[in-house]
Amino acid sequence: MELIWNGIVQAFKLIFHLDSELMNILWVTIRVSGTATLVSLLLGVPLGALLGTWRFPGRSAALSIIHTGMGAPPVVVGLFVMIMLWRSGPLGGLNFLYTPWAMILAQTIIAFPIITGFSMAAVAQIDPQLRQQLLGLGASRIQALRAVVQEARLPLLTAIMAGFGGAISEVGAVMMVGGNIKGETRVLTTATVLESGKGEFGTAIALSVILLLLVFGVIVGLTVLQQRNRIT
Amino acid sequence: MTSSVVELREVKVERDGRTVLDIQHLQLELGKTLTVIGPNGAGKSTLLRVVGLLERPTHGTVFHHGEATGDGKQDLILRRRLAVVMQRPFMRNASTWDNVATGLKFRGIGGSEAKRRVGDWLDRLGIAHLADRNARELSGGEAQRASLARGLVLEPDLLLLDEPFAALDEPTRLALHDDLRNILQKVQTATLFVTHNRIEAQTLSDELAVLMDGNVRQAGSSYDVFYRPNSEEVATFVGMENIFSAHIIEQSGGLAAARVGRAEITLVGSWQQGDYVLLGLRPETVQIEPVKGEHTRLGSTNRLQGRITAIMPFGGQARVIINCGFPLVSIVTQQSLMAMRATPGMSVLATFQTAALHIIDRSRQRVTLTPTSRPDTSKP
Repeated sequence: MELIWNGIVQAFKLIFHLDSELMNILWVTIRVSGTATLVSLLLGVPLGALLGTWRFPGRSAALSIIHTGMGAPPVVVGLFVMIMLWRSGPLGGLNFLYTPWAMILAQTIIAFPIITGFSMAAVAQIDPQLRQQLLGLGASRIQALRAVVQEARLPLLTAIMAGFGGAISEVGAVMMVGGNIKGETRVLTTATVLESGKGEFGTAIALSVILLLLVFGVIVGLTVLQQRNRIT
Repeated sequence: MTSSVVELREVKVERDGRTVLDIQHLQLELGKTLTVIGPNGAGKSTLLRVVGLLERPTHGTVFHHGEATGDGKQDLILRRRLAVVMQRPFMRNASTWDNVATGLKFRGIGGSEAKRRVGDWLDRLGIAHLADRNARELSGGEAQRASLARGLVLEPDLLLLDEPFAALDEPTRLALHDDLRNILQKVQTATLFVTHNRIEAQTLSDELAVLMDGNVRQAGSSYDVFYRPNSEEVATFVGMENIFSAHIIEQSGGLAAARVGRAEITLVGSWQQGDYVLLGLRPETVQIEPVKGEHTRLGSTNRLQGRITAIMPFGGQARVIINCGFPLVSIVTQQSLMAMRATPGMSVLATFQTAALHIIDRSRQRVTLTPTSRPDTSKP
């Protein structure tokens, strides 16, 4: 218990002293996970909305792929991305391996199916007749889809939370493709693994607490936004 | 330039190999209201979706303003000249004002024009005070008023109403009927109103079409449809509860005596003795009174002595079933029942004008059981 308490105290000391190494790790963490969540959101919400409203041949297969992606082991994703980004791999020319871009790519592949799946469920719960009503008021197909997505905005915030949570908590894949390079690709999760590997449990606990606070802050913000718009 | 807003020619909609809508021809002009009535599953909503360009027919052509539809881009332009008001109001999670402005936004109409139109229609539908309230918090009647405002604010050439009053309570429905009827008389729009409620059917227009199994079975004035149905099916649907087969036994001048079950009635017209005819009689046209005097044959009023078998009150009225040699249904006010102290088992005279009898089928060869639950007492 003392170890945990010391870790918490150390976490707050690091925060209040604006420790430069910690600030760098924090910035890389926010940049990588934030970008991955944003990209997943831009791709996943429209795809989820389409899958939730459009019936087409092969839809079941598409749903199965998305659902599998939601539960895909990150280490497999990491391995796949690493092979793709190897110098001799199909995307080797991008020189992304061991850069934050590789981590963003890996986290996007993890968060994208989560956001797509949650978006699909959010849109599917909207009465399909709303779309008919919107079309009957002169909406184009795209306007109607946009309006339906807008109606599902509250459950969509849950999709963002889940996607962000999936991205920021990831460790295996970012370790493989980012390399945990100090000052460049080190994020809170990989730094925690490194510190606990060195036996620096106090620092590891401090980093975990900071990671928890970061996730907590983002989720609280999104929850407040969600609840403010809810009709009781 | 044609005044026809919408026209359907040989339109068929098939689903899973089954024809759900088959309209040979239907036309609606600006300023006219057509009410389509029919039972659930008759194809009313499909018709509305086809007319509203929300569903393409399997065969045939839908014309809007004389222009054949079916081209995606052109259809959107035509769709923006109509408005659909559905049974459920489907309010978005936004203010009433924003909801009413929804269709205007789709058309790129904003600013002072949107402000003027939305304000005007909120006011005309009596919900201006609810403009800032979240539309999801409105009552059923308020939401339906907002839904109507959302359609009318578009100033459409064609207004499609899909049972918009179905989910409302009676007083709200009646108030909304009045308001909408007044509004439709003032705006220059073609209106297609579909409903399964035969009482509601006459509230917005006098022009009716009866849709059954996807086909228009009868079209005409509400009097024609309700008092002169052209088939037993239509008669049953429009509430002509007394449908019976009569056997002509005597002809005298312009009147004939016919046997229905064990009773004898008088009907107008020239008949051959031995003819069978299928007759309909609306229950509201059958009066009941205490037994007095003798029954006169071949008069302008039929007077049949019988016994009340059941009294079923509804609202201020009651359905009374009288066995007068065949079961006869009468709808009378509860007040008149009270005045004559009517109870089941009581002997009464059921009276109806000979002219009230409607001949559904002149060459009926077969005796029909109607309503299906009643015993067949009409076999000769």
